[in-house]
Amino acid sequence: MRNLIISLSAVLFGLIGGAILMAATGHDPMEGYRFLFQGGLKNVSRFGDTLATGTPLIFTGLSVAFAFRTGLFNIGAAGQMLFGGFCASIIGLKLDASGAVLVPLMIIAAILGGAVWAFIPGLLKARYNVHEVVSTIMMNWIAYWTIYYAVPAYLKAESVETESRALPDKATLKAVWLSDMFGGSYVNMGLFLAVIVVLIIAFIINKTTLGYELKAVGFNRHSAEYAGIGVNRSIILSMLISGGLAGLAGLAQYAGNGNNIQIGVLPTQGYDGIAVALLGANSPIGVLVSALFFGLLYSGRGFMNAMTDIPPEIADSIIAIIIYFAATSVLMNRVINWFIGRRRSNAGSAVSGKGKV
Amino acid sequence: MWTTIQQIFPYAIMFTIPLLITALGGLFSERSGVVNIGLEGLMVIGSFASAFTISKLETNWPGHTITSIWIGILVAAAAGLAFSLLHAFASIHLNANQVISGTAINMIAGALTVFMSRNITGSGNIRLTNGFPPFDVWGLSDIPIIGPLIFTKTYWTTWLILLIVLFSSFVLRKTAFGLRLRSCGEYPQAAEAAGVNVRKMRYIGVLISGAFAGLGGAIHLVTIAGEFNGTVSGLGFLALAALIFGQWRPLGILAATLFFGFASTVANVSQVIPQLADFPPILLKVFPYAITLIALVIFSKSSQAPKAAGEVFDSGKR
Repeated sequence: MRNLIISLSAVLFGLIGGAILMAATGHDPMEGYRFLFQGGLKNVSRFGDTLATGTPLIFTGLSVAFAFRTGLFNIGAAGQMLFGGFCASIIGLKLDASGAVLVPLMIIAAILGGAVWAFIPGLLKARYNVHEVVSTIMMNWIAYWTIYYAVPAYLKAESVETESRALPDKATLKAVWLSDMFGGSYVNMGLFLAVIVVLIIAFIINKTTLGYELKAVGFNRHSAEYAGIGVNRSIILSMLISGGLAGLAGLAQYAGNGNNIQIGVLPTQGYDGIAVALLGANSPIGVLVSALFFGLLYSGRGFMNAMTDIPPEIADSIIAIIIYFAATSVLMNRVINWFIGRRRSNAGSAVSGKGKV
Repeated sequence: MWTTIQQIFPYAIMFTIPLLITALGGLFSERSGVVNIGLEGLMVIGSFASAFTISKLETNWPGHTITSIWIGILVAAAAGLAFSLLHAFASIHLNANQVISGTAINMIAGALTVFMSRNITGSGNIRLTNGFPPFDVWGLSDIPIIGPLIFTKTYWTTWLILLIVLFSSFVLRKTAFGLRLRSCGEYPQAAEAAGVNVRKMRYIGVLISGAFAGLGGAIHLVTIAGEFNGTVSGLGFLALAALIFGQWRPLGILAATLFFGFASTVANVSQVIPQLADFPPILLKVFPYAITLIALVIFSKSSQAPKAAGEVFDSGKR
């Protein structure tokens, strides 16, 4: 309940901040927000696009949130996503099989690719106590350059140097019936995969011994160790799962929403995953909701940009402001405590007042 | 081979300087006990502030190119300092997680500057018509061997930053202020007991990091990039790595950033140098990051990290 209030007030502050930015640059905030939300919700096709834009964010948000439960700050979702997506693309482009075989293999490849990329920071943390924040940032840039050279070398498109060949439709998460249902939107099976994975992760965190052990390590590493939990093993395992989830984000992005990989970009969804996890209070369901909210902002901004002259970066600015306020949620916590305290003392004085009469 | 080295050297130094000053900023922040992952974002702020100032001055005050650039650099430092207040306030007064707050700084900086520049120029890029001109140091550039390496094609900013590094090294090690700042990062409760205002020192540390990172972003703009486009391509993160690689000491940072400067320059020019053309470019590009990981492992046993960096200051803690 308290988390919900904090998240909602962070969103509110973000929207107010966005409004101030728009007003300060000479635009009408009401008009801006109207087109922004219309752009994401106006009809089934736009709503489908919102769901699709949110899909990779669900995965990266889950990835960050899962690691966070074990006390690990995975900033490397971008690199894990890139490498997972790359591994899936290799299977999709190089293997000649039917879609029913190909897609499950691509899912496995994406998970493994992301997990491999997260394994190194996990191992360094467990064995040498190297802080995962720095090592995952380094791994991001190593992924960036690996993809930069590996895509042209192995998956080069016929004419364009800067992206991989397009995947054949059978090697993607696209489904004609789904796309038709949403009026030609690019929403795809990735969404269903994401919802299933949300449920699985929620189950792991809340109902299994593994989830309990990982959380115990996150709460207090030393007491977990004292209780006989293999702390190092938990750290590595948590990073592996976190990386696998980020790898699935790569699959959802490069073989679902799109059908190829561009070189020279670190996917922004990786960093946005931090935002999603933070706003979702690190709970799987919270992640699902906040990812779809960010999906709405991102998919609506194009429409807003077309209808007004407000730059599309307003959506990123709003998200960034939300994160700042979610990070400083202590402030909100104090306000809530102050409210509770005042109500209690009011109630107390009312009771004592009664006693006097 | 010699001519190649001669040609590479000035570029490597040019690349080193923004990295150096930013990492030095990070040093002040971490020594005071606040981890600053937002260096990348603060550099972007500096890059934007200087690009905006310089391009405005170029049109409204023509004929004063060099003065305009210097003013732009100063404005960038001020902008970085002002922006770092957000991080300082969150991590010192609101007990926010410093890594998350720093990440928020990065995100706000990237989004906000491109938003502003799109409002101003319509394209999200601000291109400078004039860069900072390099010059040969009179007299010194004729010295054999080191002359061509160090004193040709240099920038005034390079000498300024080197002075700042030496001065910082002195301040941190020899002055009362430096001692107090470092004590806040090592054992803030003891510092407080000794009468040091821990929160104030931490504010100063973070604000210095903001000003220096802003300076780094501006220098990157006027010497290397020549155009603001919303990113400094990961230099801020590399500066963070250099800080750790340099083991939280000014001269260590100088060595680490020089190393990164050379590694990056070699990777950038490898295709045109016959001796390096045989190397797969991917290895050269990945090298600085991979070596950082290895260095982290090697130093993990003897890390000189400030002990309280990243911890919320709780004056009741023992």
